Amino acid sequence: MKVKMLSRNPDNYVRETKLDLQRVPRNYDPTLHPFEVPREYVRALNATKLERVFAKPFLASLDGHRDGVNCLAKHPKSLATVLSGACDGEVRIWNLTKQKCIRAIQAHEGFVRGMCTRFCGTSFFTVGDDKTVKQWKMDAPAYGEEEEPLHTILGKTVYTGIDHHWKEAVFATCGQQVDIWDEQRTSPICSMTWGFDSISSVKFNPIETFLLGSCASDRNIVLYDMRQSTPLKKVILDMRTNTICWNPMEAFIFTAANEDYNLYTFDMRALDTPVVVHKDHVSAVLDVDYSPTGKEFVSASFDKSIRIFPVDKSRSREVYHTKRMQHVICVKWTSDSKYIMCGSDEMNIRLWKANASEKLGVLTSREKAAKDYNQKLKEKFRHHPHIKRIARHRHLPKSIYSQIQEQRIMKEARRRKYVLRHLTLSQYSFLTSLISPKTNKKLPFREVVYVLLLYIRDVFEDFSRGLFSPFFSVMGEAMII
Amino acid sequence: MTADRAAESLLALSQQEELVDLPKDYPLSASEDEGDSDEERKHQKLLEAISSLGGKNRRKLAERSEASLKVSEFNVSSEGSGEKLVLADLLEPVKTSSSLATVKKQLNRVKSKKTLELPLNKEEVERIHREIAFNNTSQVLSKWDPIVLKNRQAEQLVFPVEKEQPAFAPIEHVLSGWKARTPLEQEIFNLLHKNKQPVTDPLLTPVEKASLKAMSLEEAKMRRAELQRARALQSYYEARARREKKIKSKKYHRVVKKAKAKQALKEFEHLQKVDPTAALEELEKIEKARMMERMSLKHQNSGKWAKSKAIMAKYDLEARQAMQEQLAKNKELTQKLQAASESEEEEGGTEVEELVLDAVNEAQMNADGLNPWMLRSCTSDAKEGEIQEDPEQLPEPLAHNVSESEDERPVTEEEIVLKEFEKRRSLRKRSELNQDAELRGSQETKDSTSQEVLFELRTLSQKFKESHQSRKQKASSMETVPQVQREEPAPEEEEPLLLQRPERVQTLEELEELEKEGCFQNKELPRPMLEGHRLKKNPNNQTDAPKKKRKEQMIDLKNLLTTKSPSVKSLAVPTIEELEDEVERDQKQMIKEAFAGDDVIRDFLKEKREAVEASKPQDVDLTLPGWGEWGGVGLKPSAKKRRRFLIKAPEGPPRKDKNLPNVIINEKRNIHAAAHQVRVLPYPFTHYRQFERTIQTPIGSTWNTQRAFQKLTTPKIVTKAGHIIKPIKAEDVGYRSSSRSDLSIIQGNPIRLSAHHKKQLKKNSID
Repeated sequence: MKVKMLSRNPDNYVRETKLDLQRVPRNYDPTLHPFEVPREYVRALNATKLERVFAKPFLASLDGHRDGVNCLAKHPKSLATVLSGACDGEVRIWNLTKQKCIRAIQAHEGFVRGMCTRFCGTSFFTVGDDKTVKQWKMDAPAYGEEEEPLHTILGKTVYTGIDHHWKEAVFATCGQQVDIWDEQRTSPICSMTWGFDSISSVKFNPIETFLLGSCASDRNIVLYDMRQSTPLKKVILDMRTNTICWNPMEAFIFTAANEDYNLYTFDMRALDTPVVVHKDHVSAVLDVDYSPTGKEFVSASFDKSIRIFPVDKSRSREVYHTKRMQHVICVKWTSDSKYIMCGSDEMNIRLWKANASEKLGVLTSREKAAKDYNQKLKEKFRHHPHIKRIARHRHLPKSIYSQIQEQRIMKEARRRKYVLRHLTLSQYSFLTSLISPKTNKKLPFREVVYVLLLYIRDVFEDFSRGLFSPFFSVMGEAMII
Repeated sequence: MTADRAAESLLALSQQEELVDLPKDYPLSASEDEGDSDEERKHQKLLEAISSLGGKNRRKLAERSEASLKVSEFNVSSEGSGEKLVLADLLEPVKTSSSLATVKKQLNRVKSKKTLELPLNKEEVERIHREIAFNNTSQVLSKWDPIVLKNRQAEQLVFPVEKEQPAFAPIEHVLSGWKARTPLEQEIFNLLHKNKQPVTDPLLTPVEKASLKAMSLEEAKMRRAELQRARALQSYYEARARREKKIKSKKYHRVVKKAKAKQALKEFEHLQKVDPTAALEELEKIEKARMMERMSLKHQNSGKWAKSKAIMAKYDLEARQAMQEQLAKNKELTQKLQAASESEEEEGGTEVEELVLDAVNEAQMNADGLNPWMLRSCTSDAKEGEIQEDPEQLPEPLAHNVSESEDERPVTEEEIVLKEFEKRRSLRKRSELNQDAELRGSQETKDSTSQEVLFELRTLSQKFKESHQSRKQKASSMETVPQVQREEPAPEEEEPLLLQRPERVQTLEELEELEKEGCFQNKELPRPMLEGHRLKKNPNNQTDAPKKKRKEQMIDLKNLLTTKSPSVKSLAVPTIEELEDEVERDQKQMIKEAFAGDDVIRDFLKEKREAVEASKPQDVDLTLPGWGEWGGVGLKPSAKKRRRFLIKAPEGPPRKDKNLPNVIINEKRNIHAAAHQVRVLPYPFTHYRQFERTIQTPIGSTWNTQRAFQKLTTPKIVTKAGHIIKPIKAEDVGYRSSSRSDLSIIQGNPIRLSAHHKKQLKKNSID
């Protein structure tokens, strides 16, 4: 008789080397792993909490400038190199890995207004208050050589901004008008105007490279076509736009940083209405830069904070600030989309992580898997009240916090005013008929009506839309205000 | 509008140009210009004649002679024609001459023209230009639409888009720009030069180059093919050997052994016939082995190991077997050669006594082994077992093996070939094989993984069918939703993504506190809101309420219910109550008729009783039947025991609707749980079921296979640290980028400079 024995194939449980992980056979029978939703919920909650615990975005502060940092530029080929221009005309080149300044040039008299690197990374251009455009070599001069610009162009008027073409030896400056320059010539090959106000910044489109966008101090954003050397279209906003930035992945999208605390994302083919209005800042937005993935952008504001917005969301995902950071004048998102740099009034350049709680350095595959899983869990349970609350919590300096509250009140007041003003007489009388005479006499009557209206909106949202639709339309309009 | 106007104006411009062109196309005939002198006219005529000769469009030139003398002012003579003149002839135009026709045409054209429009002023023209340019640019840009859409909806985006080729500069390029300066460097250079080491170009020494050239392409190919074949054969052989080695059946092994012995015998016989000397040598070898065995104590179970085994033999079957094997081996070796011809004798039907003595069992096995059917079944059994053991084996080699096992011939051939290759290989001493073996290994694993993938896919498809459907639904609903969304922006969207406060949360504990706080906040929800939600939850209640009330009025309540139902007041339906009074009687009548058959009150009471029962805490019965007494079918544990092991549930708090006979209050809602629940359906979902389903499908590796887990947790955006992400390019997505550079186009265009700027330029040049 043959006796059958239990036997296992050693391949299934023997490790090849000691370093291998132990094989754990798993049974995926759902009855063996109950409570999947509560367990995942707890995991998500923990992941969210840990994210907040590990959110330490501030990496380094580069100090050395003797005046406020007015402009920043990324090196197109090297991630470690950053250029900055200050209000005293000094340009500094930094090494980010060493967090040190590797070169300092006294480039201009007065402000360095704008700065850009050539697409090949061999040289860079600066414009300053001394009405000059200067081209500099990226490499430091050899020992004994003088620190001198490669070329200097002396203009008639002050240039306020500069940007280089993404592929060719062409750059554009702005000031009284937008000039397109060939690098080899000392006079512009083409110059475009529309209106007579000074233009504060000009940006080449990174995808369709013949397109330019500029913003002028007469509240305009003007788009130009370099090849046809003509302006294309103009948008007039309520207040002045400080700068614009093109989306590097979507050719027709750009975002404008405005003085009215908001950022406006436009589709350049339909400029009548912005695609998204991004609001969260409580003071003028001074600079904006897109993440190279084109999914987010960072904005620098006069309210001493920088914020990160998703492109399709009207509210910011993140806010960075430190006690010592003053008005942030310029901001850049590094080309590997991992870091953010900002230059501020108090002469420092600060380096931040783009994802506040991200672990830097090489991740093991298990760490990576855990990170991905946690990310997905956070996404999955993001609507649950506790998780949402923890994920949204941010510390803010008191000044910004109080200003947010104040502005909320102002907005609410504006809305209420609009709604009550736009109610018809019959609507108003109907609402008053619903109020019993016993109601609190301390409140103004119109206030009561408004509260009632809000209540109706909340309660009967889907129940009696027909009956109250006129109110809702009014409320809807008020929401836009 | 403006575009239309622009078109009009442009049209007008072009017409104007045409008009200007006219005189060139149609030179007015000479007859019309009156020269001062005859000579001139003649000259003109001559020229015309010449031009008409040469020109393509030769026209008949109309001639006009001098009027005859007979023509007078006073009468009309019809002389010459011989006909009477009719007035109608006069009224008709003179013969239609071609030259006149052209003139007429021109005149007509001029007549049909209205007066030219004024040319547009400069601003207007610029605006038109701008508009046209903008439209063109928009068109150019809209080619990006599909890509942008695709990227926005993509499950995963990987950056940087294009794979960077690590550019390794050849050493000679690096070195070309470098020269030896210091004495040490120069010395090293000299040394290198002496040894003909490559310094700059070429990279290889002459010797290396020669060795590279040594083998021609065909030769190399042949050798490679040879090697490949050898490797394949070897792998088959190895696989087979491994398989056979794995077979546990002793019977099988015995059979194989016997077969081998037979084979050897046959070969030996063959050798005897062909080459007797060689056969003799073989014989001698065997004899020598026998002698050696007889001399040694190797298989006599007298060694250290054998002694230890002998101790264990009492208890351990294996040890006993091992000893047996040793002895068997000894016997086998010490057998006289006569035993080798055993098979022939067996065929003859006589059994050698020695053999029987040696191993009775073996002899029996022999009888079995001789049966070809048994043999076949044995092998096939083994094969099946093997298939079960490792189903991941490749099908092709398996088939090959089957054929091999059926007839041994090709195998031996292969072995020969293999040996040959082996020899050659050893001669060449190449290490390539290792690499190839590795390759083979990877291929195997790939195959196994591919199977795994298939399996995984199947399960995944089942698992995700639902979610995909829901996603589809979502997509379809998304199309309808946005309009509504636009009409009334949801409060969810307006809510800021960040919750900004002046105090900082730094530790886990604080986060915990934050969470609790959230709890409290949820409890402290404004009452109207809560009410609102309740109302929203069952809007049917609202509509049902008045109906119920009506019913109650109809039925005599006094004997059933003690309290009167409070009249339901609702903000939304004040009008209905008024109506009620007016048409009360009619409605009562109608309801009476409608509910003639059923007793609503009783139904309600029954429902309530059920609800009360369901909410009562249940007793726990811990009796174990058969414990301490007889068990079996039909036997029940005693009442005493049941009483002893029944744990009575404590009576819960009194129900809230205890004193409300016409109300059922559902107490299932847990406030503590509610704090954790989502109150409003989040934005992209259109139905709570969709949302629930997404929450209910777990994504962790506890519930999903590794592969599914990886797929479920793929991050939306993947970036590589330290890699520069460049803006998207037309070439990246398969579009053709314009071949002409922007610079060349701009230089081709006439330079447009504003007057202001021109002035500036002038000044500059003067400076």
